[in-house]
Amino acid sequence: MTKFRRRIAAAAATAGLTVGLAACGTPVSTDGSVTLDYWLWDSAQLPGYQKCVDAFEEEHSDIDVRITQYGWDDYWSKLTASFVAEAGPDVFTNHVSKYPEFVRRGVLLPLKSLEATSDFDADEFQDGLAKLWQGPDGKQYGMPKDFDTVALFFNKKMLRKAGMTAEDLEGLTWNPRNGGTFEDVIAHLTIDKNGVRGDEPGFDPNNVKVYGLASAGSGGYDGQTQWSWLAGSTGWRFNDQKTWGTEYNYDDPRLQKTIDWYFGLVDKGYLPPFQKVGSSPNASQQLGSGSAAIAADGSWMIRIYAALEGVDMGIAKLPSGPVGHPVSMFNGLGDSISAQTEHPEEAAELVDFLGSDQCQVIIGKEGVVLPARPAGTKAAMETFKSQGIDASPFIELVENDNTILFPVTDHGATITSIMSPVMDGIYIGDRDASSLTKVNKRINNLFE
Amino acid sequence: MATLTSENAARRQQPGQRRRRRDDTKLAMIFILPASIGLVTFYFWPLLRGIWLSFTSWDLLSAAEFVGLANYERMFADPVFWNAIRVTLYYVVVNITIQTAVALVIAVLMQRLTQSTLVRSLILAPYLVSNVVAALVFLWILDFQLGIGNQFLEWIGLDRIGFFTTEAWAIPTIALVNVWRHMGYTALLIFAGLQAIPGNLYESARVDGASEPRMFFGITLPLLRPILGLVLIISVIGSFQVFDTVSVTTGGGPVNASRVLQLYIYDNAFGQFDFGYAAALSVAMLVILMIVTFIQYRVTRAGQTDLN
Repeated sequence: MTKFRRRIAAAAATAGLTVGLAACGTPVSTDGSVTLDYWLWDSAQLPGYQKCVDAFEEEHSDIDVRITQYGWDDYWSKLTASFVAEAGPDVFTNHVSKYPEFVRRGVLLPLKSLEATSDFDADEFQDGLAKLWQGPDGKQYGMPKDFDTVALFFNKKMLRKAGMTAEDLEGLTWNPRNGGTFEDVIAHLTIDKNGVRGDEPGFDPNNVKVYGLASAGSGGYDGQTQWSWLAGSTGWRFNDQKTWGTEYNYDDPRLQKTIDWYFGLVDKGYLPPFQKVGSSPNASQQLGSGSAAIAADGSWMIRIYAALEGVDMGIAKLPSGPVGHPVSMFNGLGDSISAQTEHPEEAAELVDFLGSDQCQVIIGKEGVVLPARPAGTKAAMETFKSQGIDASPFIELVENDNTILFPVTDHGATITSIMSPVMDGIYIGDRDASSLTKVNKRINNLFE
Repeated sequence: MATLTSENAARRQQPGQRRRRRDDTKLAMIFILPASIGLVTFYFWPLLRGIWLSFTSWDLLSAAEFVGLANYERMFADPVFWNAIRVTLYYVVVNITIQTAVALVIAVLMQRLTQSTLVRSLILAPYLVSNVVAALVFLWILDFQLGIGNQFLEWIGLDRIGFFTTEAWAIPTIALVNVWRHMGYTALLIFAGLQAIPGNLYESARVDGASEPRMFFGITLPLLRPILGLVLIISVIGSFQVFDTVSVTTGGGPVNASRVLQLYIYDNAFGQFDFGYAAALSVAMLVILMIVTFIQYRVTRAGQTDLN
């Protein structure tokens, strides 16, 4: 009987939600100096930012900066829990899909309210980047760190075997009706178990050895590297406004036709089916293992693709869509200051430095991401060039203003939870893209 | 224990001894106190707070706002919630049926065939592996393209199976992974129950010429009922709370095929910071578990034994 009671008590505990409180308050420093906590999630960028912070500490002997890195999956729950415990970082790397909720809850300090960042100038960064970090009140809540766009990574060896060269990937076109020359290319690069190519008679779409296009999953609500660039090149946009829109456009026929074409590639045998890639798809691994020839992916992945063994990597521009040019999603990370910080002015000095030419050139030289300031971008391009990588397809999109912004709106987390299973269902083939019309209504109701 | 002490005290009753008896109670209270603090702090307080939160809208960062029954109304109209109940029940049925059957066979084999401690330890080994590690290992073994399990299927001439990536396979696969991990432990619990069955029953049965299956159904199973009932109650409660294996292998997908209740609670709480709704879902889980446990307890009469 006692065991029974204990079990009931244990079961009862499931009803109680306790929050794990991270135990990391501001440390007491011995020499009267100030210690700042800075959080980021990308381990690949840790070495670069450590160098930045070292340079910052040299200039500010009275400030110590402690960097903490958590993987993306833990980062956001740890961050929120730390805000609850009032033990969070003073400055942290922020993402545009997450920061609207922080702005709404008042946990971020606007940059211009602090002395060091009061002279923030949006024009010092790549065009349009600073706008991503402007709240609905017009205040700046993030210092742009870097930016990213999408391009095609491909394996030159597979092109050669198909009798093609890198030049054949230049000037590709695409439309949702027949896929244009882009579909011709991925069809030709697809090879079945018997060695028959995707555009040859007798091709078996159910037994494919090499897929023309790698899969990065269903794309959830943003389809950043999956379908956003295709849909964008039809003239489609996520929202009614560039940022802080209150309406989503998933009911637009241009998007739905794009989605139908994209996931229709599965039936044609040119894109791996859902069951092969599962819930944690990885396009770079598919290129690395030789099971895919081309992968659409973000600029933050350049280094990963370049390091793939046995792959002679090249980068090509996205195909031109019905609007007459390629379109990529344009996104970037930023640094935000927590409203809970005990040292807002020192935190602002750090953020000011992270957004300076000095730091962004250091980050650029690391050759991991494309920094937000033109000088930093240039440094990154040079580093990539010295490694034999031509990253210009990523930059041209920004220079030519061929970009759409990552959706920055309220209710990001709820929209994700609605859209992810729906897009998975479309990928699997359980439902059609036309069912997005009903889903879109549900999403737009959130804003009422 | 208490009766024994009082008997002793009564036997050697001398002046002044009565007070010591009262002292025992005090001492007992002191011993119980630490555990009670834990129980109140970590079970009763969170329970009460959880129930209170289920009537609020709370995002962790702003103050909780009382919304009455809104969360419950939303829950009853939420198709994902009802789907989570269906998926969880499906998981529990597959998991518990197979697990109990396998564990029973293992336990009887341990009792009737071997006394080897090595075998007993080996059978318990999977239980020593953490849930997350077990889930990861099976995720790799059963991976569609690279998994050795699927390569084996292909080698014997079958088609590859998307164990974690097709809607039909996700729940049965997760249930079987957890059967593998828990069967040894469950078998050990049952084995302990088997030890309580007097050996002379088997001897007399054998004298009467009973076969092994006859003895199993005539002696072992009926006398094992209280233990089996308890094992069922414990494992069903654990089974309803499945989370880590799902979180590691499918994350609730494909689509909602493996979005069990516990995962849906987590999604709402830590994914969307909708702690009020998550608390309401947790209360639903609590009510379901209380009903299921009550029924089980009554049906299996786990509190009574037939050995007396």
